[in-house]
Amino acid sequence: MAIEHADVLRAAHLARISIDNADADRYVGDLTRILNMVDRLQEIDTEGVQPLSHPLDATQPLRADEVTESDQRDQFQTVAPEVAKGLYLVPRVVE
Amino acid sequence: MQWETVIGLEVHVQLATRSKIFSGSSTAFGAEPNSQASAVDLGLPGVLPVLNENAVAMALRFGLAIDAEIPDVSVFERKNYFYPDLPKGYQTSQMAQPIVGKGVLEILPEDGERKQIRIHHAHLEEDAGKSLHEDFAGMSGIDLNRAGTPLLEIVSEPDLRSAKEASAYLRAMHTLVTYLGISDGNMAEGSMRCDVNVSIRPKGQQEFGTRAEIKNVNSFRFVERAIAYEVERQIDILEDGGKVVQETRLYDPDADETRSMRTKEEANDYRYFPCPDLLPLVVDQAYVDHQRSLLPELPAAKRERYESELGLSSYDAGVLTAHHDTADYFEQTLEVCGDAKLAANWVQGELSAQLNRDSLPISESPVSAAQLGGLLVRLKDDTINGKAAKQVFQELWQRRFEDADQVIEAKGLKQVTDTGALEAAIDEVIAANPVQVTQYVEATEEKRGKMVGFFVGQVMKATRGTANPQQVNKLLKEKLDALL
Amino acid sequence: MLDLTLAEMARGLTSGEFKSVDLVRGFLDRIQQRDADINSFITVTGDAALEQAEAADAARAKDDVGALTGVPLALKDIFCTEGVLTTAASKMLSNFVSPYNATVVEKLNSAGTISLGKTNMDEFAMGSSNENSFFGAVKNPWDHSLVPGGSSGGSAAAVAAGLVPAALGTDTGGSIRQPAAFCGITGLKPTYGRVSRYGIIAYASSLDQAGPFGRSAEDCALLLNAIAGHDGRDSTSVSRVVPDYTATLAQPLDGLKIGLPVEYFGDGLDAGVEQAVREAVKVYESLGAQVVDVSLPHTQLAVPAYYVIAPAEASSNLARYDGVRFGHRCDSPVDLEDLYKRSRGEGFGEEVKRRILMGTHTLSEGFYDAYYRKAQQVRRLIRQDFLDAFDKVDVLMGPAAPTPAFKLGEQADPVSMYLQDIYTIAINLAGIPGISVPAGFVDNRPVGLQILGPHFGESHLLNVAHVFQQHTDWHQRRPEQYQG
Repeated sequence: MAIEHADVLRAAHLARISIDNADADRYVGDLTRILNMVDRLQEIDTEGVQPLSHPLDATQPLRADEVTESDQRDQFQTVAPEVAKGLYLVPRVVE
Repeated sequence: MQWETVIGLEVHVQLATRSKIFSGSSTAFGAEPNSQASAVDLGLPGVLPVLNENAVAMALRFGLAIDAEIPDVSVFERKNYFYPDLPKGYQTSQMAQPIVGKGVLEILPEDGERKQIRIHHAHLEEDAGKSLHEDFAGMSGIDLNRAGTPLLEIVSEPDLRSAKEASAYLRAMHTLVTYLGISDGNMAEGSMRCDVNVSIRPKGQQEFGTRAEIKNVNSFRFVERAIAYEVERQIDILEDGGKVVQETRLYDPDADETRSMRTKEEANDYRYFPCPDLLPLVVDQAYVDHQRSLLPELPAAKRERYESELGLSSYDAGVLTAHHDTADYFEQTLEVCGDAKLAANWVQGELSAQLNRDSLPISESPVSAAQLGGLLVRLKDDTINGKAAKQVFQELWQRRFEDADQVIEAKGLKQVTDTGALEAAIDEVIAANPVQVTQYVEATEEKRGKMVGFFVGQVMKATRGTANPQQVNKLLKEKLDALL
Repeated sequence: MLDLTLAEMARGLTSGEFKSVDLVRGFLDRIQQRDADINSFITVTGDAALEQAEAADAARAKDDVGALTGVPLALKDIFCTEGVLTTAASKMLSNFVSPYNATVVEKLNSAGTISLGKTNMDEFAMGSSNENSFFGAVKNPWDHSLVPGGSSGGSAAAVAAGLVPAALGTDTGGSIRQPAAFCGITGLKPTYGRVSRYGIIAYASSLDQAGPFGRSAEDCALLLNAIAGHDGRDSTSVSRVVPDYTATLAQPLDGLKIGLPVEYFGDGLDAGVEQAVREAVKVYESLGAQVVDVSLPHTQLAVPAYYVIAPAEASSNLARYDGVRFGHRCDSPVDLEDLYKRSRGEGFGEEVKRRILMGTHTLSEGFYDAYYRKAQQVRRLIRQDFLDAFDKVDVLMGPAAPTPAFKLGEQADPVSMYLQDIYTIAINLAGIPGISVPAGFVDNRPVGLQILGPHFGESHLLNVAHVFQQHTDWHQRRPEQYQG
């Protein structure tokens, strides 16, 4: 399946990565070659094969409903770009 | 043209677990910003989710309560999008294989008939944080305390046909989840939130109209008003020859209108895929059966029992079972006093009026069910009369005494049933009111019946209300009639 | 003293021949002298290491120790280490001092090992040459014009150059085994779920697994003893008893059934590599093993399936790097979208962006079934190939990579770089363990023999590798300029 300029721009927007037109052209080239390689998957009939998400046939373990975490806000916010009054700051969110 | 409204609801219920769905952080409401946001909730590099057993248990109990299909396997998926209150850039949710399948919820709209509303499914997911807009020089502040709180999203079929039905559905849902104890149902704190899908179609038409989704309608009243506004809006558009646009709208309670959320963003592409950090959730029959054994008596069953076994009216049964706190209180009162109708009257009458006056929920009533039950025992065994009972109730409300017997003793409210003492009081009243006695004697038979009330009042006053009114009445009539 | 194996070092510490402080000083000196050439470390934590060494010596004096107390090693800069810069070799995390420890780091701390620092790698573990690092490429100690392999190239190069006796890496598609092969050391990728992923910066969650690099299989066994085991913080970690991996190292190999996958000896395999691998297999035959050809029919689909699954998971795993709570944030964002797009555009390197775009595209609406679902189906077929093979043989053997280490800058095309992982990538898709052991040289460039076993077959793999090392000396060879 071919990938076009618009597909790359759309993916970049969905992934929130800034790219310019020259970047997009380069990615069209790269992703086209990768997808051509990936398209080998289409050669095999997988009708009726269950998709495999995890390599082991394990099931989800459950955790007891207990509060085990304490307040570590100050420590966590030492790595934050911008905080005030305990909140993480971002450019204004418009709803 | 005659229009029919079609409504489907997506109700998000915050589950009342102690800790979050995928981390050991507290879910308590109202903490300092980000003080309950752990490494996992913040989505720090390298952290991983582990599922809270209680969230699973609560979702299953909900499913069992609506008679839903419970699949053996459910799968967590990632819903990918960017938003500042969504720390990982995806919400862990369920899509193709939810934990609860098709079920049904019965509603009773105001002035309407009972109706079965089909539930499409219910799934587990994590709540997002909150954006705060005040005070940061043009920036927003992000609080992630709420991020990771377990949500059960309950999706109805488009079976609702009016704003009243929608609010009845929401009430029934509220009643059910609070009965089950899986949510505190506190709508003001966002424990139950609702997205409403509304469309209209010409009456009789089979296919659905284009729907608008109204986000985050968070009270029973707003649901009705938002729908009413939205239906009008859609009718206006269609009758003007326009087309309803499929979009997300926001209800503004202050303006009492819905308005379009900015549709600048492209149609979302959430790129759902199975979460590789979580394995398929398998629930075996024994576990489901165990959860079933933990189900309380559900609202419908309770209502039915109140009518058939306790002999209450359909109205009383409905009111008493609408909130599990009320039902619990009623049942505890009944257990002490043994008289369902008396208990029902007092819970809905004196107690409810007093709670309203002081704006208290029944769970914080100053008069406990045991105290009220004790009071009603004394009323029933004629220790006190009705008037004294109300006085006892007021004293208990003021928390001045531990139980009804203490009040009765301290205030001397015990009914005087000693005939000798009563006769003496009556004699005094007759002697002190010669004019009224003469009028009584001269009156017609018919008028005399009414005039006796005056003397009863005087006797009650003389005994400070402690006399048994029926007994006074009887003795008075005997004495007065002897004068004829 | 510095050129001993871990096992020998531990014995020397126990006998009092030397102290941990001596070891740590010695290695820190070497790092200072030699690492400028190969760039294998991003961060060296010398002061902390010396402090820990003193503590370890004190503990040894009190006999309060485990097998590895006081032994130094290095960690790939993908393991979160509290209070230490943890970058994943990305500009995005170039300022990230982790506020918490990975489970593996906690386990190593309680085993008493001492980390000398954090090693260079391909950014977010995406790469096969260690050229994709914000901190510059790593050079192969055998020849500075060659790559060390990737993505755990810094760990492999540091061990090969004698800067540390052992190191930890992660392997998502060959990132331990291929650099081990290129650098002439031993590297083990355990079974998926054997080692906790908590605190390891995620690339592709269903494929990532941590493992050791050492000078010998015995050293890998010692380290696996320390890091393996169930972790309540990782839902995908397995609760299964951890054997003593050193206990069975020396078991004889009589009757061992070795399968040679015919697909691993076909077109594209360097003749010198093939010869070295076949010579190694002959050593096993001489030790009593039987050798048969087997087929893994879906081998050619492994790279295509991987380059759908891994980028898809990565596109979601890396969404948390948004410039809000940690990591790189662009200057003066004009709005939220600008904040996201520039922070991510600036913070991620070329290969990372390529894979995020790839994964985002294949998960989008309209492409999911053709790519993601299809790749997951093929993944099942690939796993089945291995399960079928292990019905017939005990282990599989083949080359770890089709060529020895290539030149820096030689693989400019992403696809030809991806195809380098043809022999390692299927193992991650299947979740089975694999080890690469030194097995000779081509033009003074090391060759790795890859040995594969069934799920949780690490004990046997280490046994098979150890016995080989008892009969060969490839693992004892050192690059000339790094001897002594």
